[in-house]
Amino acid sequence: MIGVDSGSSIGTVTAAPVSAGTGVLPAPGTDEKVILSIRDLNVYYGNFHAVGGVSFDVPKNQITALIGPSGCGKSTVLRCINRMNDLIPSARVEGEILYHGQNVVAKGIDPVAVRRRIGMVFQKPNPFPKSIYENISWGAKINGIKGNMDELVETCLRKAALWDEVKDKLKENGLALSGGQQQRLCIARTLAINPDVVLMDEPASALDPISTLKIEDLMRELERQYTIVIVTHNMQQAARVSDQTVFFSLGEQRMGMLVEVSPTRELFTNPRDQRTEDYITGRFG
Amino acid sequence: MPAIDLGGRRRDVGERVIGIVLFVCAAISVLTTVGIVFVLIEQAVEFFLQVPVADFLFGSTWSALFNNPQFGVLPLVSGTLWITLIALVVSLPLGLLSAIYLSEYADQRVRDVLKPALELLAGVPTIVYGFFAVTFIRPDILRPIFPSIGPFSALSAGIAVGILIIPLVASLSEDAMRAVPRALREGGYAMGATKHEVSWQVVVPAAFSGIVASFILAGSRAIGETMIVALAAGSRPQLVTNPLEPMQTMTGFIVQVFSGDVPYGSLPYLSLFAVGLLLFAITLMLNLISQWVVSKFREVYE
Repeated sequence: MIGVDSGSSIGTVTAAPVSAGTGVLPAPGTDEKVILSIRDLNVYYGNFHAVGGVSFDVPKNQITALIGPSGCGKSTVLRCINRMNDLIPSARVEGEILYHGQNVVAKGIDPVAVRRRIGMVFQKPNPFPKSIYENISWGAKINGIKGNMDELVETCLRKAALWDEVKDKLKENGLALSGGQQQRLCIARTLAINPDVVLMDEPASALDPISTLKIEDLMRELERQYTIVIVTHNMQQAARVSDQTVFFSLGEQRMGMLVEVSPTRELFTNPRDQRTEDYITGRFG
Repeated sequence: MPAIDLGGRRRDVGERVIGIVLFVCAAISVLTTVGIVFVLIEQAVEFFLQVPVADFLFGSTWSALFNNPQFGVLPLVSGTLWITLIALVVSLPLGLLSAIYLSEYADQRVRDVLKPALELLAGVPTIVYGFFAVTFIRPDILRPIFPSIGPFSALSAGIAVGILIIPLVASLSEDAMRAVPRALREGGYAMGATKHEVSWQVVVPAAFSGIVASFILAGSRAIGETMIVALAAGSRPQLVTNPLEPMQTMTGFIVQVFSGDVPYGSLPYLSLFAVGLLLFAITLMLNLISQWVVSKFREVYE
């Protein structure tokens, strides 16, 4: 069995566990410990129905992990939350993602405004070809955040556990850092726009094991102030860091669908669905 | 004799012949370049035996085709620089903005039409741009604004050269911007940047080396441009600060001499090679600068 972190937050998940199609959902927006409420989300790429009928809640100040086999739509769901799918011309999103009572995937919503509240860290570190300092100050600048920039840069780098390694070379190009440092720089830069949700799309999959552990420790640290949703291929990682786990699988015609949402420990020790059990015990996937 | 022949002598010979043929093809272009430089230098040396290098480089009167000719190249250099400057003022902003539009804003269908059309513009013979400058740009665009403009001027030639090199700037800059990884744009958008901010503050800086290289190549193309200036700029080598005046460029002078009846081996004839050598040196320098810029500022994205 996979080792599960015995963090105290496990077991206190507020969202009711939901099974696809069968769960009874709390009325959206009624629970203030829920920051994102996804309701019957469907995503299409052209004629391809990529994700069907996904519903789950993301509890505030916790880490929610999305796991499942390749192509099951977990990244697609993640990218709906901050409207990154808008960048794909053929993508179409139906359903609701409620955030502070507003449906972020609705027509009248400005994706730029959404992204200013819901930050994202990508699979491959993608620092801008600017100095370390500018990598962080840029986001604040374009978002109209005023104040002491030096202080902001330092705070963000400290929060991302990178300050001690880079404090003497803030003028150097961000691309000169190692992969793990670049990824922490990307996390720091996301924090600079002061989001309350941080989405992470396999943030450690391009990193070595030591850098991976650093990122995981960092996530645990950030959870106090931010809500984190992470997509990961690595089940041990989901088990180590997350409070709630959402398991996706492939349905008919390769449509991604949600199988099970549970507190992480429960999902890994006592899965309710046979498909979840097959996946986490390595019989499938 | 073994039952199975694993020797491959015939294939060996064939491969070697192919290698030699390919080498010869590659060598021809290198040798041609060497030959051109050699001819230029050989004849230019003969010129400089009669005219001191300093008089040539720093003299301010060029009257090669008159009695008592003077060979101060500065008027030709200034004519060339004026035309190049005007051409760059026209082409850099328009080329860069077109590139940003094509790379960041245009949807696929628009780009599929626009980019080949733009590149077609580069295929129009330059002499046609020359007519265009004389018969349209000067009378219909410039004369209403500057009534004093004569039939030939650096301004009308420079604008036509500028139009000629817009596609070069646009196409090369667009290639540089398209090579910027998608992940970098996504990083920008995920920070709450608008399309405008991503284009100007993420993509353009990331493609900086390629964009600058396209500018320099455009400059060296403008310096070497011949037909347009021969038709539209006039043929009066003079050091002036007014682009409405006719001017002669280095290339323009070379055309004038070749189309005239300068005796072979005479001093004006030899001066062609000195001017040609200078032109070659300037464009070579620009190409070296552009290579240096590309290698110095290129960002490596794995």
